[in-house]
Amino acid sequence: MSSWPVLSLVTFLPLLGAGIIFCITGRKEMVARNARWAALWVSLFTFAASLILWLEFDASTAEFQFVEKAEWIPGFNVYYHMGVDGISMFFVLLSTFLTPICVLASWKAIETRVKEYMIAFLVLETLMVGMFCALDLVLFYVFFEGVLIPMFLIIGVWGGARRVYAAFKFFLYTLAGSVLMLLAIIYLYAQAGTTDWGGVAALQLPLAAQIPLWLAFFASFAVKVPMWPVHTWLPDAHVEAPTAGSVILAGVLLKMGAYGFLRFSLPIMPLASEFFAPLVFVLSCVAVVYTSLVALAQEDMKKLIAYSSVAHMGFVTIGIFTFNTQGLQGAIYQMLSHGIVSAALFLCVGVVYDRIHSREIARYGGLVHRMPKYALVFMVFTLASVGLPGLSGFVGEILVLVGAYKANTWVALFATTGLILGAAYALWLYRRVIFGELVREDLKSILDLDRREIAIFAPLIVMTVWMGVYPVSFLDVIAPSVERLIFNYEAAIGGVKAAALAVGR
Amino acid sequence: MTGLENWTIAVPEIFLAAAAMILLLVGVMRREGAATLVAWLSVASLVVAIGLVCAAPAGTGLGGQFASNEFGAFMKVLILIGSALSIIMSRSYLQRENVWRFEYPVLILLATTGMMMMVSANDLIALYLGLELQSLALYVIAAFQRDTVRSSEAGLKYFVLGALSSGMLLYGASLVYGFAGTTSFPALARVFAGGDPALGAVVGLVFVIAGLAFKVSAVPFHMWTPDVYEGAPTPVTALFSVAPKIAAISLFVSVMVGPFRELLQQWQQILVLVSVASMALGAFAAIGQNNIKRLMAYSSIGHVGYILLGLAAGTEDGVRGILLYVAIYMVMNLGTFAVILSMRRHNAMVENISDLAGLSRSQPLMALALAIFMFSMAGIPPLAGFFGKLYVFMAAVNAGLVIPAVIGVLASVVSAYYYLRIIKVAYFDQQAETFDRPLGRDMAIVMGGSAVLLSGFLVFLGPALNAVEGAAAVLFR
Repeated sequence: MSSWPVLSLVTFLPLLGAGIIFCITGRKEMVARNARWAALWVSLFTFAASLILWLEFDASTAEFQFVEKAEWIPGFNVYYHMGVDGISMFFVLLSTFLTPICVLASWKAIETRVKEYMIAFLVLETLMVGMFCALDLVLFYVFFEGVLIPMFLIIGVWGGARRVYAAFKFFLYTLAGSVLMLLAIIYLYAQAGTTDWGGVAALQLPLAAQIPLWLAFFASFAVKVPMWPVHTWLPDAHVEAPTAGSVILAGVLLKMGAYGFLRFSLPIMPLASEFFAPLVFVLSCVAVVYTSLVALAQEDMKKLIAYSSVAHMGFVTIGIFTFNTQGLQGAIYQMLSHGIVSAALFLCVGVVYDRIHSREIARYGGLVHRMPKYALVFMVFTLASVGLPGLSGFVGEILVLVGAYKANTWVALFATTGLILGAAYALWLYRRVIFGELVREDLKSILDLDRREIAIFAPLIVMTVWMGVYPVSFLDVIAPSVERLIFNYEAAIGGVKAAALAVGR
Repeated sequence: MTGLENWTIAVPEIFLAAAAMILLLVGVMRREGAATLVAWLSVASLVVAIGLVCAAPAGTGLGGQFASNEFGAFMKVLILIGSALSIIMSRSYLQRENVWRFEYPVLILLATTGMMMMVSANDLIALYLGLELQSLALYVIAAFQRDTVRSSEAGLKYFVLGALSSGMLLYGASLVYGFAGTTSFPALARVFAGGDPALGAVVGLVFVIAGLAFKVSAVPFHMWTPDVYEGAPTPVTALFSVAPKIAAISLFVSVMVGPFRELLQQWQQILVLVSVASMALGAFAAIGQNNIKRLMAYSSIGHVGYILLGLAAGTEDGVRGILLYVAIYMVMNLGTFAVILSMRRHNAMVENISDLAGLSRSQPLMALALAIFMFSMAGIPPLAGFFGKLYVFMAAVNAGLVIPAVIGVLASVVSAYYYLRIIKVAYFDQQAETFDRPLGRDMAIVMGGSAVLLSGFLVFLGPALNAVEGAAAVLFR
């Protein structure tokens, strides 16, 4: 293991870059240009640094790696504790992978206040990465909640027509969920005497104490995921956010809630997780079926993809609460796949939006005649989203379905229904936008992807195909941590059952 | 016994009182143009007083009326910093309004002396003396812009209601004295430790709490705050929102956990109610405000609610949370008022929130500072305001006050709305006319310093908590 504090480096490098961009002064166009290039280089360098994590990651153990631990608040047992395991490592990479893509995607779309925009994005990257690395509850909360600040500004300053409404809704919805989690963290601190993850996870509270805690965490994570019925902020936020904002929102921020379930709800409150699993299943099944139907009815491309995100995240929550290997691995894989595919779909919408300035589906049609490259790219990601074998979406979905089938046949049935509906709305969207007659005047002169856009999509396509064809390179890393999670979960459940039996005798 | 034994512990107060009188003489002698000189000398005296406070030994003296300890020292340093910065921030404003007189800094010095006596009071009589010295000076300052109706009205309102609250406090104190037979804090603590308190003493306690709630502007005794905040000259509002509030909170804490600690049963429920009501009112009433000074008044009511929640816990944790909160609150408020004081167009102050529109384009750094203050007030990590709330809630949960804590966090979500609204106006809205430039250097320094302190608080958290811990432990020894 390297002696460098790699995690801190990856976390705070973007912040440093933001500080450098903050200092850029001069003529307006020069500032914008320099800010763009600086942000691109900083984010690329951060991505390169984060690759060290993968290269040096020891996939044979479930222990936390690259651990850094220092006393943060002396006397309070609150630590600056960073570390990654098989679950969180790929999310760090996902964040650092998507950020340079976002910077590139905003290259021409963002023309006003470019400097502030790039600062906001780099700060956001720091907070996202820090959140996936934090192994102390207070530290986690600081990053988790801090994400709201740059995202609020990104939606509010650079967003669309109803951006103020969307920004407020996003902020207040998420904040309302999070503050309850804060109280739960405080309660856990009172019980454990520390906010360190290891100390809190060793608590083994009785079910009666776990239930309110689980609900408090659930309030926060369910809003973030987002689960039905608290998903309504998402379509608004997506529609109004600039393209890159949607990409980060769909790609990374939605994963924060599900990651929270994996990292906190399951290990710290296993009994309550088992207790509430039926609730999660019901909400997720409703999400999968209902939001797929809603997506069918959408006339705005971004809204359609936003609703499809809710449906896909429903799969993730189903997978998490099956508590078996396939389900959990599938959920994590689905999150990674969705992080790339939905991000790419929003980028696809961004491409035509930059040209025509409309997201209305009816506004388009027949694009294949003018934009063959674009049609190909869009098709790859549409099919990946549908779950075509050989592309990334399939692996996660099949694993989740197998896990769900083992846990509860009915859940698997509803989830599969969602899959069919998913194919319907995604392919229909593709048909309406790409195929058909090219009738609109302004579409007749629309240009195909340029070099910058190809550079954006190429790595995403590579990842989608890689994840679809050779999932082992990812699953091998994830597996030990998932095994440990299940082992600890079953030990906790088994312990309580044994105790109940003993009392019964 | 001469009553003067151990007088050295009161050196900072004695120094400030003497400085105030000497500066009054200087002002009278120099007449024309004395104001600036007196102001800087006042600031210098306040700075010297900070040094004296840090050096002053702990102990009790002056016939048991006066106690000096680490808790008091912490609060006094905050008060002195708040007063000194208020004087500095007042100059340009009062000069423009043609009321830059040497009496102004001298009055602040006298008020500060009173506040420090409040902090150190170890007896109900000493408490009252300090309170009145502070209040009388502040009544005058509130009405300092005497040619404008608003300022005079604010002064009068503040005087009438302040006198009423002093009356209630005094009434309560006399009841307590009547039933306990002493006014000394340690002696009272001994009496109440003896067992069931007399009903009359409890009634007295309620009146004392009512009087103190008035001074910290907690619900239901908050009505004066928005009017006074709006009417008083803006730099005076900045002072009001900081120094006297800190003094009153300090007094509240030392009275509740000092002589009346054994009556926790009796006062805890009152404080929980007052605190919850303040948090809720601060959150909801501020939503409809258009004047930023009025909004700050409601915001301060809300903040007091959180602080009182820490006090309601009645534990060392709670006091620790209060100390941290108060320090952060002071920085946030001074920074915000530096922004408000920089809001002028064509040499006239503007006070509406809508006047901030498009600030992020015309003055990006000022907008950034404002955004930091607002996010911090809303309690969003990683800014300092979050940690103040965190420790207060921690104390409340540990003391079993879970329901009030839940209400508190939900109120903080509601209050986030109006803080965000200010950011929205500054960042999202179309640009209005720009403010006058250049920004005063004094304002820029206060703004920048506060913004750095608040955003870099993660780094200062360790040392800050150490200071707070020592100060809180003293009350529970």
